[in-house]
Amino acid sequence: MTDAAIIWFTVRMAALATALLIPPALALALLLARGTWRGKSVIETLVALPLVMPPVATGLILLKLVPHSVVFTWRAVVIAMMVMSSPFIVRAARVAFENVNPRYEQIARTLGAHEPRVFFTITLPLALRGIAGGVVLGFARALGEFGATILVAGNIPGRTTTLAVAIYDRVQLGRDSAAWPLVIAGVVVAFVAILLSEKSTRRRT
Amino acid sequence: MRNLLLILLLALPVSAAEVRVSAAASLTDAVTEIARLYEGKTGETIVLNFGASSILATQIVNGAPADVFVSADEAQLNRVATVVRIPLLSNRLVVIGVPLLKARRIAIANPEAVPAGVYAKQWLQQRGLWTVLAPKIVPTENVRGALAAVEAGNADAAIVYATDARMARRARVAEVINDGPPIVYPAAVLRDAENAAGGRRFLDFLRSRDAGAIFRRYGFLTK
Repeated sequence: MTDAAIIWFTVRMAALATALLIPPALALALLLARGTWRGKSVIETLVALPLVMPPVATGLILLKLVPHSVVFTWRAVVIAMMVMSSPFIVRAARVAFENVNPRYEQIARTLGAHEPRVFFTITLPLALRGIAGGVVLGFARALGEFGATILVAGNIPGRTTTLAVAIYDRVQLGRDSAAWPLVIAGVVVAFVAILLSEKSTRRRT
Repeated sequence: MRNLLLILLLALPVSAAEVRVSAAASLTDAVTEIARLYEGKTGETIVLNFGASSILATQIVNGAPADVFVSADEAQLNRVATVVRIPLLSNRLVVIGVPLLKARRIAIANPEAVPAGVYAKQWLQQRGLWTVLAPKIVPTENVRGALAAVEAGNADAAIVYATDARMARRARVAEVINDGPPIVYPAAVLRDAENAAGGRRFLDFLRSRDAGAIFRRYGFLTK
């Protein structure tokens, strides 16, 4: 498998993982930002767990939870990426929703707007910058995912080998010089993603 | 969006012609070459998964699909349920860098867990050298780490596999160890194999003359 194919595969998987994650992550972030409910702090903590747990531990849990027919396929790659980048998107979106002044929403409601309309015309546009920052960061995290991926998706060249897994593989085999092009590609993609994330969160002055 | 998720999670049936092989990382080049040769001859598809033998065993124990497992040591293969099991390859230990008794720092893979380190420790104990040399031992995460330590000058000697020593750029072999513990790379068809028949055929091929020639070219000793 060529380096370009590995990079392209990883970018596609990370993009799919991020896209699939956005709707549930935004829904959860909104629930966390608004209102108090039983078990809220438990859910909050659960969401943050992949951030601090060793990724291999997350991988071991996923290996137990994911159906056997999904293990060792590209679907397992996407699932590992989704789990590992979920905290970035949920937490960023939550802060962004909290920063939306609820008065605007109340005014919209008093003018007769139903809830979905309030969300899509007031809340979401006002929170969009913060959300976009989190999404880009989540995408970058998905690109670099290694520990959970190697356990649940394996290292099957041409099917599940991602950028991070390929780099580890080559270093482990003593082929450092073959690892470098992938390392450089990883640095470039991550650099651009983080730059975009910084730009989108910084408010225009 | 919900449909997409559903599609994502739905299992696609595995095509019957595929043989799934989990193989120790140190066999990556040799097994890849053998698999391509086998595919060319039979038209079957070999799907290869490479990793540390311990990780591969963990995946199999947890139900990850695999038909054949080629492990770098017996202990990891003992963790999984098999139907056919053969000793496939062996390897030799070598000392690289300066002779052991002249070394100030000796790198070996973690002697408590990593096979290469366990073998190295056994050999040193057999020779009655372990207690003398123990203060000089620098354990590394895997056998390649021991090699790298010598290459980088962080240790002046290391005990590694002969196959690793071939990858060395600077370090020279100081001693070939012929009286070390037997090193066996076992291969097996797994009990939970979906394609056990295909697994058996590939296992036979791994023992064939053609495969043996490839393994030997990479420095392994064939059984």
